[in-house]
Amino acid sequence: MADAPPLEIHDLTVAYHKKPVLWGVDLVVPPGKLVGIVGPNGAGKSTLIKAAMGLLPVSSGWVKVFGEPVAKNLRRVGYVPQRESVDWDFPVSVMDVVLMGRYGKLGLLKRPTKADHDTARECLDKVKMLPYANRQISNLSGGQQQRVFLARALAQESDLYLMDEPFSGVDAATESAIIALLHELRADGKTLLVVHHDLPTARNYFDMLLLLNMRVVAFGPTEEVFNYETLQKTYGGRLTILSEVAEAVRVKG
Amino acid sequence: MSRAATTSSRTNRTAVRRRYSLSSVLYPLFALLYLLCAHSAHAARIGDISETSLSTQALRFFTFQDPSVRYALLGSMLLGISCGLLGSFLVVRKMALVGDALSHAVLPGVALGFLWNMSKDPVAIFIGATLAGLLGAGAVHLIKQTTRLKEDTALGLVLASFFAVGICMVTMIQRLPTGNKSGIDKFLFGQAAAIGAADVQLMGVVTGLAVVVIAVFYKEFLVTSFDAGFARAVGLPVQAFHYGLMLLLAFAVVIALQAVGVVLVSAMLITPAAAAYLLTDRMHRMLLLAALFGMAAGALGAFLSFLGNNLPTGPFMVLAATTVFAAAFLFGPRHGVLARWWRQRSRAARIQRENTLKAIYHVLEARNFQGEGVSLRELAERRRETEEEIQAQAAALARHELATLPGEADALFLTPAGWQTACAIVRNHRLWELYLTHTAQIAADHVHEDAEKIEHVLGEDVVRELERRLNYATKDPHGKVIPAVPVTLESKPEATPGYGRG
Repeated sequence: MADAPPLEIHDLTVAYHKKPVLWGVDLVVPPGKLVGIVGPNGAGKSTLIKAAMGLLPVSSGWVKVFGEPVAKNLRRVGYVPQRESVDWDFPVSVMDVVLMGRYGKLGLLKRPTKADHDTARECLDKVKMLPYANRQISNLSGGQQQRVFLARALAQESDLYLMDEPFSGVDAATESAIIALLHELRADGKTLLVVHHDLPTARNYFDMLLLLNMRVVAFGPTEEVFNYETLQKTYGGRLTILSEVAEAVRVKG
Repeated sequence: MSRAATTSSRTNRTAVRRRYSLSSVLYPLFALLYLLCAHSAHAARIGDISETSLSTQALRFFTFQDPSVRYALLGSMLLGISCGLLGSFLVVRKMALVGDALSHAVLPGVALGFLWNMSKDPVAIFIGATLAGLLGAGAVHLIKQTTRLKEDTALGLVLASFFAVGICMVTMIQRLPTGNKSGIDKFLFGQAAAIGAADVQLMGVVTGLAVVVIAVFYKEFLVTSFDAGFARAVGLPVQAFHYGLMLLLAFAVVIALQAVGVVLVSAMLITPAAAAYLLTDRMHRMLLLAALFGMAAGALGAFLSFLGNNLPTGPFMVLAATTVFAAAFLFGPRHGVLARWWRQRSRAARIQRENTLKAIYHVLEARNFQGEGVSLRELAERRRETEEEIQAQAAALARHELATLPGEADALFLTPAGWQTACAIVRNHRLWELYLTHTAQIAADHVHEDAEKIEHVLGEDVVRELERRLNYATKDPHGKVIPAVPVTLESKPEATPGYGRG
């Protein structure tokens, strides 16, 4: 199983309230790549990440992580959810949040040990947030919050990372810090899938691009995929037939 | 897009906060209303109690010789602990309404448990009430899943309909020949004195269970409450913890029923937890504080009820909890109204002092720094204020040792610290003006107003950065000299209190 790809998705279809938002996604991500997922709003980028993590019920298809069903291999997957998905007034410190990254390895009933605290500190240091370790999370800027989420994912010490819009609402300094960190992770042999919404930078940031609009429009090395024709296919035209069928299925169901 | 999302989540959050603060306002009103009604109903009895019997009652309470007093007090404290602990999770999960619905939904179960063998058997009532509570929760879930209705509507529906059924059943029981002495009416508004030995045992078991479960699974409850998606991504059975929490919550509500009453029990869940939330920003401390507040409110409620010859306990407990909440709201060291008011006031006073210092600098600058004293009249003319106002400001400067006002002389002399602060403020002002005209391309006559505000909040590191970016310029856009700030050893940090803070 050593040669199994970090992420393999086969014929994945996901529906919200019976309305499909992702159709027959096939994807094999090679190891050690930094992959950007781009597409218009409502293209199903976040849905793909969540479905790959097993957080959403899928209508059909399967997801394998390093050759195993994702539920069995969750420890090898690190996850950065969208920043807006949590309540930042929650009474926890930065350190508490980063320690949550260790919970998967700890298992039930065990408390974080000294070693877990040390790992969390290292991860905070990598995103330059160690000085803020004891702050409550509501006292952070958007970019700082995003770094905390990244540190938490780092603390998972995974081999595959799925990140949902880690660049959303961050300042320029944080953005370049994050991209440097992603490159560092890639250099360590990690595989990263990153949802990104800014086309111009996508071209420079990623080794490979997945152009998504309810289905896979194109997937491959950035220089091959990033061209007018595929982008036109992804963003231009409203994919009317697919949208109409989706609506019809919803009404019938 | 992300900005819109942030704003909407923020409004959502405030709406939620408003919701539970609303219920913590609503319940005391309810409690007060009931007290007023109760007062007229029991007026004759209360009138009978003379002052000596008040003190005898208090004495009876504090000697704990009466076993019923011991049970009432112990039971009330136990229920306060379990309600505070579980209520904390309700508050941080924004599920305050769930507690409300759950507590009303258990009433039919209480009645059924009573009908089981026509007695107030704690175990039968516990089982009936828990089942009814879970049925209510199931009904909410079903409505949410199968219709387009949202959770708050489903909760409102279930709350009212279950409560109506419960009231019908309780009324029916009271009409039965054995029913009127049953004490089932106590379940509506609560009566701690009705707590017996068996009740206390049950309360002890439930509270112990809640404490143990929360202590053992603290990290799981923390992560599933904060970020359920991430919790699932690390492989935690999020649903199991959710239902476990709901079950514990149902237990806590049920053991609290007899003493607090169906109507007010959700206030015991929310109010101590809301008070704790205002006082701390760590979950474990919030849990401890909420348990403590709940316990104190329970004990106080039991005591006051006993003192008033067994008035309903629920309203007293809720009022005690609300007093704690009000204290946290007003006097909380960080988020309290008073602390915020004080911070604003001292900030305004600092800005006022800094503006006076700036005016002194301007007067000195206008005469090329000839002579050290600045007369109050000059200053009043400069700031376009009355002599009295200037005198007050001069006194404020003197109090903070930024200037001296020697006896008969009608002039102010800056201390080294005052001089330093004055230079810093003028420098901040002129640097910012220069920055705006240079970097942001704003016309020179548009920048003064902005600089008037910014000068008071620029931190030292931002100033360094501005200086660097402006190539250590020495003149502002109006051609005035940007002063350097002299460093004096004896008065460095005090001279610039609050710099770098918002």
